[in-house]
Amino acid sequence: MQVVVLVKQVADTAARIKLADGKQDIDRQSASLIVNPYDEMAVEEALRIKEKHGATVCVVTLGEAKAEEALRTALAMGADEAARVTAPASDPLTVAKALAQAVRELAADIVIAGRSAADDEQGQVGALVATELGWPHVTEVTKLELSGDAGVAEREVEGGVEVLDFSLPVVVTAQEGLNTPRYASLPGIMKAKRKEIRQIAVDGATLGQPVLETRSLELPPARAQGKILSGLEPAAAAKELVRILHEEAKLI
Amino acid sequence: MILAVLEQSDGSLKKISAELAAAARKAQALLGADGVALLLVGADPAAVDAAMALDCDLCLTVQGEAFATYAAEAWAPAVVQAAKEVSAPLVLLGSTSFGRDLAPRVAGIMQAGLLADLGDLAVEDGRLIAERSVYSGKVIAKVASLSDVTVATVRPNAFSPAGAGAATCQRRELEVAVDPASVHCRVREVRRQAATRPELTEASVVVAGGRGLKDPENFHLVEELADLLGAAVGTTRATVDAGWRPHSEQIGQTGKNIAPALYINVGISGAVQHISGVLGSRTIVSINRDAEAPIFKISDYGLVGDALEILPHLIDEVRRLG
Repeated sequence: MQVVVLVKQVADTAARIKLADGKQDIDRQSASLIVNPYDEMAVEEALRIKEKHGATVCVVTLGEAKAEEALRTALAMGADEAARVTAPASDPLTVAKALAQAVRELAADIVIAGRSAADDEQGQVGALVATELGWPHVTEVTKLELSGDAGVAEREVEGGVEVLDFSLPVVVTAQEGLNTPRYASLPGIMKAKRKEIRQIAVDGATLGQPVLETRSLELPPARAQGKILSGLEPAAAAKELVRILHEEAKLI
Repeated sequence: MILAVLEQSDGSLKKISAELAAAARKAQALLGADGVALLLVGADPAAVDAAMALDCDLCLTVQGEAFATYAAEAWAPAVVQAAKEVSAPLVLLGSTSFGRDLAPRVAGIMQAGLLADLGDLAVEDGRLIAERSVYSGKVIAKVASLSDVTVATVRPNAFSPAGAGAATCQRRELEVAVDPASVHCRVREVRRQAATRPELTEASVVVAGGRGLKDPENFHLVEELADLLGAAVGTTRATVDAGWRPHSEQIGQTGKNIAPALYINVGISGAVQHISGVLGSRTIVSINRDAEAPIFKISDYGLVGDALEILPHLIDEVRRLG
């Protein structure tokens, strides 16, 4: 079985985010770059499939050479192979088309991606790749079981859990709760450094036109300073807060 | 017409459905479209009646064995066919577990731009645009759809639910042919959790507790306050990771985004990943012992003090309001 994991290198949003000149992008030089956290869960799930059923795990990213760091991290976790896709793709649809070509070339049986990227938070690419390939998809998966060429996935929905039956090939996207990603081992890190990364160039003419365009980025306006009560006894504080919410804000 | 894809469960419309109808009316005016069409796929008759009562011009229904349970490969073509039927320039879905799964498949088939997780819609140089919160709420991106048809998912609680219409809504049944061999994935069952409180993303009031409550036992105080206010209960990643609370209650980047009218949090310092999930709240009230806690920077009202000392008094005071 061939498992392809789609990973993206993203800016760590726990660190400071600055905008680049022109406000078309963030300042990537000053950003701290990590593997998208949901994609780490996707890698972990692929490794568990490999351990349970036997599989080759290939991690794929689309991006510049720097993005190979994300592939090395996944290789260090235990992935067998890695490929970097280069394509003039700028929006989720064109990215998905380029990735779908790579998935076809790698003869995947199952594709696992993160549910969304921590940077642009689109949450579209996984299902778009499936649509492009004509495969089924299940997004935001919290449990995955494979048996033969079929499987069962669970996803959290409002007020419950949805259980889905699917057949392979399939695209699934990982949601928090699916697993806890392992740390890379030291030998794993050493081995990952020597692994060759396959390069897959996708012809821009096959991608069509982008359908989304980011016009500008802005820092959000600061919220007005709120009313902070301090130094009051608990009983008095509670009384004043309820008075404000009831009489002034009319919220309760 | 603007097409809104409604959601139902067990014969009643979900709250997001009326919000989508309202969003569709707004979009109709923005785009100069000729009406609002609501779509129900595989719905019970009672839900269709409820949809017909909303402010809309057309109610499209799709029935059949292929739509007995959710299957993206069957539902996406049905939505696409409905969009073509009414020449929709815009297809709206909820930014819900259902909408987030279905919308990209619809967009993919139509080669349409998908504006995801919107709080509002606007038009600029003839293009639909959305301001999206990205990078955990640290950046606002202005995104434009370039395609003739746009798909969008609308955040729960972003639009006030549509009221009753003028009873001029037409109903039309769409015949959608689905080859069973084309469906490789389908919902087998939905395990419902017994709901005693409103759903987190739908609630108009949310009360959440964090590590500052010191012990999972103390969450009964949060639950008591929530029940007095008819609120949903939420929490942080830290308490979920610690095994205090279930993931279904987690608010923030790896949990749920909420946008209630009132968000009360106690003992939550406000990690970036939590804050990103609550910025849509209209009013934020925070109780924390640390006056420097980041949560106070986004709070409309703050109370510096020990959550465990204040909560019992708060519960008493709210109870006194009757």
